Amino acid sequence: MPESKGRFGRHGGQYIPETLMNAIIELEEAYNHYKDDPEFNKELTELLNDYAGRPSNLYFAKKMTKDLGGAKIYLKREDLNHTGSHKINNVLGQALLAKKMGKTRLIAETGAGQHGVATATAAALFGMECVVFMGKVDTERQALNVYRMKLLGADVVPVTSGTATLKDAVSECMREWTTRIDDTHYCLGSVMGPHPFPTIVRDFQAVISRESKAQVLEKEGRLPDYVLACCGGGSNAIGSFYHYIEEEGVNLIGCEAAGRGIDTFETAATINTGRIGIFHGMKSYFCQDEYGQIAPVYSISAGLDYPGIGPEHAMLHDSGRAQYVAVTDEEAVNAFEYLSKTEGIIPAIESAHAVAHAMKLAPTLPKDKIMIITISGRGDKDCAAIARYRGENINE
Amino acid sequence: MSNIAKAFENGKAFVPFITCGDPDLETTAKCVVEMQKAGAALIELGIPFSDPTAEGPVIMEASLRALEAGCTTDKVFEMVRKLRTEMGVTVPMVFMTYANVVFSYGIERFCQKASEAGIDGMILPDVPFEEKDEFDGICKNYGLDLISLIAPTSEERIAMIAKEASGFIYIVSSLGVTGVRSEITTDIPSIVASVRAASDTPCAIGFGISTPEQAQKMSQSADGVIVGSAIVKLVAQYGKDAPEHVGEYVKSMVDAIK
Repeated sequence: MPESKGRFGRHGGQYIPETLMNAIIELEEAYNHYKDDPEFNKELTELLNDYAGRPSNLYFAKKMTKDLGGAKIYLKREDLNHTGSHKINNVLGQALLAKKMGKTRLIAETGAGQHGVATATAAALFGMECVVFMGKVDTERQALNVYRMKLLGADVVPVTSGTATLKDAVSECMREWTTRIDDTHYCLGSVMGPHPFPTIVRDFQAVISRESKAQVLEKEGRLPDYVLACCGGGSNAIGSFYHYIEEEGVNLIGCEAAGRGIDTFETAATINTGRIGIFHGMKSYFCQDEYGQIAPVYSISAGLDYPGIGPEHAMLHDSGRAQYVAVTDEEAVNAFEYLSKTEGIIPAIESAHAVAHAMKLAPTLPKDKIMIITISGRGDKDCAAIARYRGENINE
Repeated sequence: MSNIAKAFENGKAFVPFITCGDPDLETTAKCVVEMQKAGAALIELGIPFSDPTAEGPVIMEASLRALEAGCTTDKVFEMVRKLRTEMGVTVPMVFMTYANVVFSYGIERFCQKASEAGIDGMILPDVPFEEKDEFDGICKNYGLDLISLIAPTSEERIAMIAKEASGFIYIVSSLGVTGVRSEITTDIPSIVASVRAASDTPCAIGFGISTPEQAQKMSQSADGVIVGSAIVKLVAQYGKDAPEHVGEYVKSMVDAIK
């Protein structure tokens, strides 16, 4: 009997071409070997602390709390990491693993460019070759990150197939990996794809909630009531949730990109508008039509503009352990501006989706409730696009 | 013995592939008739998928054209029914598509309709050995063979896959995605030998084959040769006039492996 591995409830699995199966098995074996290896973990912790700047701060947003007049709000500052987002947590782990496996070349997909920049950074640090696949549409709306990746020594390949966004970049990475396996590690950027990726990426991102739990206990002497994070594929969200999943009193809320609204076709809110399917190596929820054709999705955020969600989130949704809400472009842009003016923190437009939901939720809660919002990245990369959204051309 | 296995009983089998609905299903149906006339032993019908991750640009673009032209799974079932009942097509036919096209339709409902229409099997490139049970059991109930794929990287997995294979075994000639290649460097004879040691199921080789010379060479080590992108390219080039050209091409390939 064949064994289906890497299941999260009915989700997950390994739906990939036979050509990649041995590569995936090799990766799983290497990960199982190194994940509890003290030497590996010592190296990784040093990289995270000395190179990426961890632990990231848990910051009490005093003005925002006062202004919204409800729950006490803390921000988990992943935007302060080296390269400007949570993506570096996973990339340093995978690059180190790839190095131990004898791989000399990293390939990666990227949407907003944050994962691409993080991968290019790790490749530069480890002296590895790096090729980043990015939808052509995204290379245009995130031109600054394209330049950063090139500066770091990576090749950036604009993907023109399909909708020329994140899903097409993932497809192109899978095609590239089947072409060149021996020396290449596919450094997948989210908690998606075939097993073991959803587990590997989750474990490397779980540092977010491991830290925040200790930090909130130190500051408040108790666990938070709410944890909010934006959710596309779901890597910062699962990292933010992971160490609270067993803590029943902690409400977990993933904030999906509704684009122009979940009642329109221009949306990327997978849990809110999708249904179960099989794509990009996994069984999970996907935006698709009645025949299973993957739907073109839309969000102002290139990082959330993906028609699927990681299988562990799909399971947390099925069980009701986590809740997934939809946030529109307009709400996210308002939140982007609000956090900038209120706290002097410019969040990534992705993270602004979580801030937007907090702005709705916090005022409805009593003052003794505690909420943590993960600010997954910083918003410098988004300034030109937000200016355009507001009808202003800043000649980037 | 399944219809598919029978297709390999009369000498070397030539197996052409076509993307359904490019430029339209009428043209696809006519191409299938020409393929049979030209001596195809088994025909692969591609149901287009929006994001075909195992395909190179030729089949990927054909899939998108077909979807834009309005091709759906139900319309493909209807075309197959007509091929069987009105157009005299008797050679075995298999669907090649992606897991989500089948899963999203409902595996049971898909297999029932495929079988009723006259399909003999299915190839799902994103369903490897470890995930096949979900599909295979239902396929068997409807008399469909779920075709197993073996890749140049399969190595010690070959015996395990071959032992549970039915219909035929699809040997992927090269790393990478579908598409025309000038040279195939994989040691095909040694892969075929490993398969033969574990199973009597016939083997056909696909990925990258386009010329009669390549087909002739590949057919020496296996029971059949599969060609997709080269045919889909002809359809892209000639549009509604493609059937005649596809027929000629298939004939040249059939003759080359005789």
